This record gives sequence, C-alpha cells and structure tokens, in this order.
Amino acid sequence: MVPLSWYLIFAAALFSIGLFGVLSRRNAIAILLGVELMLNSVNINLAAFWRYGNVMDMTGQVFAIIVFAVAAAEVAVGLALVISVYRRRNTVVADEIDMMKW
Amino acid sequence: MTGEQITFLIVALVTLGSGLMVVTTRNLVHAALWLVATLFGVAVTYALLHASFLAVVQVVVYIGAIAILFIFAVMLTRKDMRDQGPQMNRNWWFGALLAVLTFGGLYFLLQGWTGLSKTAAALPSGFDAVGELGNALVSPDAYVLPFEVASVLLVAALVGAVYVAFNPHSGNSGK
Repeated sequence: MVPLSWYLIFAAALFSIGLFGVLSRRNAIAILLGVELMLNSVNINLAAFWRYGNVMDMTGQVFAIIVFAVAAAEVAVGLALVISVYRRRNTVVADEIDMMKW
Repeated sequence: MTGEQITFLIVALVTLGSGLMVVTTRNLVHAALWLVATLFGVAVTYALLHASFLAVVQVVVYIGAIAILFIFAVMLTRKDMRDQGPQMNRNWWFGALLAVLTFGGLYFLLQGWTGLSKTAAALPSGFDAVGELGNALVSPDAYVLPFEVASVLLVAALVGAVYVAFNPHSGNSGK
C-alpha cells in the first residue's frame, strides 16, 4: 500500500516544477503551461486526501472537479489574451508586453 | 515493495520527468506534447487512488481540450521566438532557487505532520465512487450550488474568450 506521504511529496515536486516554469519562462504560453502543472499538483493532493480520509465524504473529488472547471476557464481566457496581444504587438514575450507599465 | 508501490514510483518519475521537460525544452510544440505526457501521468495517479471519474475527466478535458488548445495557441503565435534567443528570462536562477526552496519548505512541513505515514483503509464492499460523486454534485444538501456556479463561470469565461480573441478588422466577420 502506498503511504499518503508519497502522494504529497510527488504533488509538492510537481508544484515546484510548475512554479519554476511560471517564474523563469519568457514566453507567455509557456508561463500558462507552468500554471497548468501547478493546478494538477493541487488536484493530486485533493484526490489523495479524499482516498486517505473518509471515503464516503466526496468533498475532495468535488473540489477537484471545480478546479477542472476553473482551469478550463483560465486557459480559455489566458490563451485568448495571448492571441489578442500577439495580433496587436506581434510578440508573446512577457517582458515586452508592457503597455500598462510606466 | 508491493506492485502498487512500484507502479506509483514509475508513474511519479515519468510524470516529474516530463514535467521538467515542459518547463525546460526550447521548442514550445514539444513542451505542449510533454504536457500531454505529464497530464496522462496524473490521470494514472487518479486511477491508482480509485478516483476513476477524475481519471476519465483528466484524459477527456485536460488532454482532449486544454492541451489541444495549447497546441493551437502555440501554432498561431510561433513565428516570433521559435528556436532562437533565450527561452528563460534573466532571473531564471532566482525562479529555480524559489522552486527548490518551496519544495524544501513543503517537505520540511510534511515531515513534522503526524498523519503522514497513514495508509488508506480498504474501500467498503460495493462502494460506487462515481455514483456517490454524482449524488453529491446534484444534491441540494451537498454541492449543487458550487456546481451551478462553475457552469456559469465556464459560460462567462468562454464568451469572454471569444470577445477578447475576436478580431474586428478581419473583414469578413459577421457577414
């Protein structure tokens, strides 16, 4: 039987990898890829706590499904913004998108 | 080691390896394909946790919709930084340091928690996780309100995405 700690450490490692991607990549789409990794690691935690807690209480899985819906909404809006910026500024590099900076 | 532990270790290593490829590879199309591998590994993890509905939704929604959306977006924007120039910003070492510190901090916190070595109780006989989940999602005593709010959020986000990505100067639009 796999102990709970393995799942939690796996999720923590995946979260850290996603954090590195968000902080270090220049391309806005690559930053969104990192955000997806972080959301997935949170979902692993939710499913693991559901399985290792009271199985009859479905809160963990319901939360994971809400996270799925929010992630889909986030990707749709985020990629629409990236494509819109690319059309106007001809760049997807996060450093160069500075119209609102002064 | 039992077979389940060996399976978990293999799946976790493959998932973390493809996760690392997502954040380090130069070609963004390859990064999106490595993301598909990572998401599939997470789906297998759900299956190991007996969360069968989550595993199926992970494959259908994440791999089938979100990853494909990423590949479309990469292909629509790829001509400007495909293979030349740095892919990491100047402060990438700071991001790496912060990520390692985050992992170290989480690991340290987990070590101090008593519930860590807990193993899962056996599932009750005849337990139907998918049925229970469906009941919880539509029951007024449980989560019907968050479920409806999530659907409103999805509609609003998709309408907003269409509005943001819509090009008013494309000529033949709306005719």
